[in-house]
Amino acid sequence: MTEIAANPDSRTDQFLAGVRACLPVAISIAAYGLVWGVLARGAGLSVLEVMMMSALVFAGSAQFVALDLWTATPAALPIGALVLAALIINLRYLLLTATLRPLYSDKSRVRGALSMYLVTDENWAMTVAAMSRGQGSAAFLMGGGVLAWLAWMCTNLIGYGLGSAIDDPTRWGLDFAFTATFLALLLGMWKGRSDLIPWLVAALAAIVTSRLIDGSWHILVGGIVGSLVGAFLETRKHAHKS
Amino acid sequence: MLTSPEAVAAILGMAIVTMAVKMSGFLLADRLPRDGFAAAWLRHIPGAVLAALVAPAVVTGSIAEAVAAAATGVVFLLSKNLFAAMAAGVATVYVVRLLIAG
Repeated sequence: MTEIAANPDSRTDQFLAGVRACLPVAISIAAYGLVWGVLARGAGLSVLEVMMMSALVFAGSAQFVALDLWTATPAALPIGALVLAALIINLRYLLLTATLRPLYSDKSRVRGALSMYLVTDENWAMTVAAMSRGQGSAAFLMGGGVLAWLAWMCTNLIGYGLGSAIDDPTRWGLDFAFTATFLALLLGMWKGRSDLIPWLVAALAAIVTSRLIDGSWHILVGGIVGSLVGAFLETRKHAHKS
Repeated sequence: MLTSPEAVAAILGMAIVTMAVKMSGFLLADRLPRDGFAAAWLRHIPGAVLAALVAPAVVTGSIAEAVAAAATGVVFLLSKNLFAAMAAGVATVYVVRLLIAG
């Protein structure tokens, strides 16, 4: 941390490395951003509301669900339901941002906590992948976050302008861009056979949950169950060895 | 219509809870032990969350997503290139859906 602070170039390099690493996923963010912009127009949001929501909330899945709940008549707007939905959908960020704590020293804890604003699934995944290779830094995380923010905001506005031209992302296969990206990221995280069972448990738990409950609970349930199984297997193995 | 007080309240509320969750995860991580079960749990979270994100989108009941996931995996393992893998997945799902529909 002190080395990086003493050398501004390396911090800039890290920031740019984060931007570069997130370029492929920025394309999938952009694809979804376009779709969200189009749908937001259909849901009755004004261009100012689109900009405020994308700038301040900055969470794709929560914003998609918000469009389902949104009403064009202000008096009928379900404010409580919108806030609760955002909370539930984003609960999984507890798990994500907890893993980023090692990137910040104790002195920069407040700055770190505020930086979590720019954490998305995409730059989180890229940064955690870099950390598992012994790389990654706060600047790397921010590089990806700024790129993700710009890609999301710009494409939301373009989509809003396009109106109903792209009504169906599945027609272009673009709905699969996220899945393919996350699958490749997952494969890149493979460390050995000890990953197999936790991942399979996470996948099964997520599939079952997604069939039973609407929303993005499957991410939270699968992530918690799978990681607990992984931790259980790992600590049991160590206990046997000692 | 630019906006309404109700819309601003809803958007600010959504923004505040989202930021609160993100900050809480970061700050709570501080209190978690560095080794033992909790640390092992944290280490396993990223892979498990990604697996949970991907699995329901692959197992949709349609063959298109399953074939596209296989193509994504093969291309990534051969090329180690994320964008190539993503493009292969999107192209495959597009083609297979056309074949099924046709």
